[in-house]
Amino acid sequence: MELFTPDFGLIFWMFVSFAILFVILWRWGWPAIMKGVSDRADLIDKGVEYAQNAKEQLDHAREEADKHIADARRQQAEMLREADKMKSQIIEEARNEARQAAKKEMDAARASIEQERKAAQDQFRNEVSSFALDIAQKVVRNQLKEDKAQEQLVSSLLDDMEKKN
Amino acid sequence: MTRQIFIRLALAIMAVLLPASLMASGHDEGKEKEGVDAQGIIFEHLGDGYGWEVPFNHHKRIPLPVIVWGSDGLHVFSSSRVTDHANGGVWRDGNAEFKIAGKDSPYKGKVVEIIDGKEVKPTIDISITKNVCGIFIAVLLCIWAILSVARWHKTQGMKGPRKMTGAIEFVILFIYDGVIKPTLKNKAQKFAPYLLTVFFFILVMNLLGLIVIFPGGANLTGNIAVTLVLALLTFFITNIFATKHYWKEIFNPDVPWWLKWPLPIMPLIEVFGIFTKPAALTVRLFANMMGGHMIVIVLTLLIFIFAAMGPAVTGATALVSVIFSVFMLLIDVLVSFIQAYVFTMLSTLFIALGQEEGHEEHDKKESTRPTALPATAK
Repeated sequence: MELFTPDFGLIFWMFVSFAILFVILWRWGWPAIMKGVSDRADLIDKGVEYAQNAKEQLDHAREEADKHIADARRQQAEMLREADKMKSQIIEEARNEARQAAKKEMDAARASIEQERKAAQDQFRNEVSSFALDIAQKVVRNQLKEDKAQEQLVSSLLDDMEKKN
Repeated sequence: MTRQIFIRLALAIMAVLLPASLMASGHDEGKEKEGVDAQGIIFEHLGDGYGWEVPFNHHKRIPLPVIVWGSDGLHVFSSSRVTDHANGGVWRDGNAEFKIAGKDSPYKGKVVEIIDGKEVKPTIDISITKNVCGIFIAVLLCIWAILSVARWHKTQGMKGPRKMTGAIEFVILFIYDGVIKPTLKNKAQKFAPYLLTVFFFILVMNLLGLIVIFPGGANLTGNIAVTLVLALLTFFITNIFATKHYWKEIFNPDVPWWLKWPLPIMPLIEVFGIFTKPAALTVRLFANMMGGHMIVIVLTLLIFIFAAMGPAVTGATALVSVIFSVFMLLIDVLVSFIQAYVFTMLSTLFIALGQEEGHEEHDKKESTRPTALPATAK
């Protein structure tokens, strides 16, 4: 029956040991562990929340990026179209200008050609007339070797002059 | 893998069988000892003792200090003085003589003082016995285990603990989040240190009891003094921190008046209940752990009891006994945890009963509950 009768010495030491154990763990053990565990739980919660937020933001960002890209594309297309328009306009303008310039040039050239032609004509006429005079002089000189013929010519010339007047 | 296990099993069985059969044959030749003193062996293993047995040697013991308050004051001496039979087991310390009481004495196995040829129990005997030493080892182990977790939290910050520390922390949280918090609610923080300490202390003592050689081997939680102290602590904590409502429920419970007057039947039952709770705690843990130890010892003893019937029977018994012992020890590992868990759970429950607020106050509080909740939850 000794198993069922508690021994005083054992009770005493058990109590003392438990008291020491309890005080040590109560002072340095449990609070640190409890605080550490709850801090870690908070950290994990925060981490999860952060990750969720980040994911949300990422999804959002992708959406936004897509939107931006679409926008950019549209702008690009618009710009291209505008550029195209501008190009044709510029070409048109240039063409017009060129045409005008060419016309002006042509007009100028035509005018100068006309002038040249006139000058050449005048010169030609002068030259022809001087040639003619020369020839005439020579012919006249030949024919007027005789006095009679001279008198005849003078009289014919005078006749012509009379006729003209 | 399985082959290796089989080989090991075979070796283990042979290791058990060979000495048993040898002993059996030796027994037959000797013939002077009749039978095995099963009861003596069981009680020696389950009980306490001055000095700690060394494996494979029945005579050498690790000496432990004996501290007694005799007729003429304090005496401290090594237990080897009285366990050695050199001087007839009698040790003269100053003017007093001490010995360990024999089998026929009412103080069997205890240190007694010899006064005028009569054995007298010393007034106080606070010797560091095997069990006390075992308690010290359990306390040191507990402190080491828990403080290692606490140190991890202080030094490693928010990192998750690994290996042993992680395992211990898991058990701490298992008890705290699984038992203490749901039962005590907002009072959990207040009582958690006591309950967790109790749990780990019992768990370590239970497991130490399963180890056969030196650091373990003391049948701590299978000793009624140990469980009694733990139960008394729960008893005191329950009643000291109890609310007014708890006491009202005991002395003036909500029952028909004729149950309270003229004969206070219900109050009597309730008061009786105060004391049955710690008694139940004491006996439950004590009986469960002692029972487990006893079964293993009896199974082992069967080998030696059947040794008288020849090698074949001994061998068969040894095989069966070893298998059953291993099975029982494995169950005891589970029981060690379950009993520590149950003790903690019941302690939590008893303390929670003492923390109950009255139903009337509860109803009154109901209207203000939502606003009061965040404050109490913190």
